[in-house]
Amino acid sequence: MLNQITVFLENDKGRLAGMCRTLGDANISMSALTVADTADYGVARLIANDPNAARDALVTAGYRAKLVEVYAVEIPNVAGSLARLLEAFDAAGINLEYAYCFASNADTAIEVFRVEDGSQIAGITERVGYKLLSAADLSF
Amino acid sequence: MEDQTKTQIGAERFFQPEIEKIAADDLAKLQLERLKQTVANCYENIPFYRQSMDAVGISPADITSLDDVRNLPFTTKQDMRDAYPFGLFAIDVHDNVQRLHASSGTTGNATVCGYTQRDIDNWGDCFARGIAQVGGGSESILQVAYGYGLFTGGLGAHEGGIRSGATILPMSSGNTKRQVQMMKDFGVDILACTPSYALLIADTAIEMGYNPATDFKVSGAILGAEPWSENMRQEIEAKLGVVAVDIYGLSEVMGPGVSCECRYHDGLHVAEDHFIIEILDPDTLKPLPDGEWGEVVFTTLTKECTPLLRYRTRDISRIIPGTCQCGRTLRRMDRITGRTDDMLIIRGVNVFPSQIQQVISSFDEVTSYYQIVLTREGQLDHVLLKVETVPEFDFDEIRKIEALQQRIVAELKSNLQVSVEVKVVEPKSIERSEGKAKRVHDLRAI
Repeated sequence: MLNQITVFLENDKGRLAGMCRTLGDANISMSALTVADTADYGVARLIANDPNAARDALVTAGYRAKLVEVYAVEIPNVAGSLARLLEAFDAAGINLEYAYCFASNADTAIEVFRVEDGSQIAGITERVGYKLLSAADLSF
Repeated sequence: MEDQTKTQIGAERFFQPEIEKIAADDLAKLQLERLKQTVANCYENIPFYRQSMDAVGISPADITSLDDVRNLPFTTKQDMRDAYPFGLFAIDVHDNVQRLHASSGTTGNATVCGYTQRDIDNWGDCFARGIAQVGGGSESILQVAYGYGLFTGGLGAHEGGIRSGATILPMSSGNTKRQVQMMKDFGVDILACTPSYALLIADTAIEMGYNPATDFKVSGAILGAEPWSENMRQEIEAKLGVVAVDIYGLSEVMGPGVSCECRYHDGLHVAEDHFIIEILDPDTLKPLPDGEWGEVVFTTLTKECTPLLRYRTRDISRIIPGTCQCGRTLRRMDRITGRTDDMLIIRGVNVFPSQIQQVISSFDEVTSYYQIVLTREGQLDHVLLKVETVPEFDFDEIRKIEALQQRIVAELKSNLQVSVEVKVVEPKSIERSEGKAKRVHDLRAI
């Protein structure tokens, strides 16, 4: 498991840019960013090299930011590899709250997701033959 | 969290025990004697009252019992505006008038009140009772963070400090970090300001890294000039470590101190030696029995410069029947639940902002800060309620934010019979107020 930073943002001009500037000024590097939006607000989720420092910088700047524990699995960067993992979760009755994927290099991609009950995740990932990542694996 | 020792006041304190614990008969005698003087003063010295009393065929000699107050003509805010500036003064402004106060007058002429030195002293006595009611007295340091000026909050609290012999820290409102620093460094005992400002001071202190509940000496807060909820009181009491009481007053009638809660938080003791309170049905203007809600009407008993007969406050309250544990015999009015004239009419339905506040305060997920924005879309009123979530709220999943919004919408719908759009906004995006919080923004062009 690792810490994702989640930020509550109003759908206002410049709020996302402002958030990124705050992180940039705090020398935080992001490896993934996804924004889920509604008409009124957005929820930004991001993976950064130093989650605690990222959260602190954002909160100090007046953003509502918090750390959320998510899972990250390294998968081969080939067609169908994510489907295999999700089918295995599905078969076990695991319901993902949300998920997003980013490629870390030409050979591998990283799938990030949140589940309500993570007790079976490690076992299933191992059976499928993928690697469950820890915070250390993603420190860069 | 809360430092229990700070708020454990020993024996009940009284500022004027002979009045605050007066026997009912003695009070009635005192009130009748003063009512006669006041009516005579109005009739002889204020042409407006001479005319309005003549019009209903009543003269000062007709006042023989307290019930006769019901035969007196009313005074409205409009009457006071029409008398602008000094038409309701019983004495010439150049004579013994020490000070003038005026309401903001944003919706017409300001209402102006004059005070003789005795008026000011009486006012100070009323507020000083509130200081005793939170356990304070001559040894206390009183931080006045109400605005000073024409608004009666700042100087009213100030006069209370003078009469009680307390040491006054006349901060006025604003410069919140400095308020916090001095509250801490000077060892302030009692804070007097609006409840929304008390909350802002508490939150600012916490942001500055203090825990005022344990780090600060402050043990009492006398808060008024705007409606506030029980939840807000609990939040202020927990964060500051204080006993927080509600103080009530109108600039037209005097200022803060017309009534004030004691530490039992079960109604506001009315300064009945200075005012006669009536609760009337706002439609028929007939008196209502104790316990029933209606419009609050005051007749002043001691004011020399601007005496008022049956002033219609438009505030909604009731007399709380029974006696109070604190030992005061002065009757209690309930918190103001609304105003007959700031009632919002939304799609034909009467809504008081306090009802919305009550609903919000029943949700732990949101803070006490909120804003209501009224607009008109086509022919339809649209109500937008902005709320902020507490820091602990789990906003990582959008469905949780939406579920919260839907629950608030449903609760408002069932309480108010009106559909309200609820929007969760970023922390601190709702205006923090240093005076009266402007909670309702009515942008309807009607």
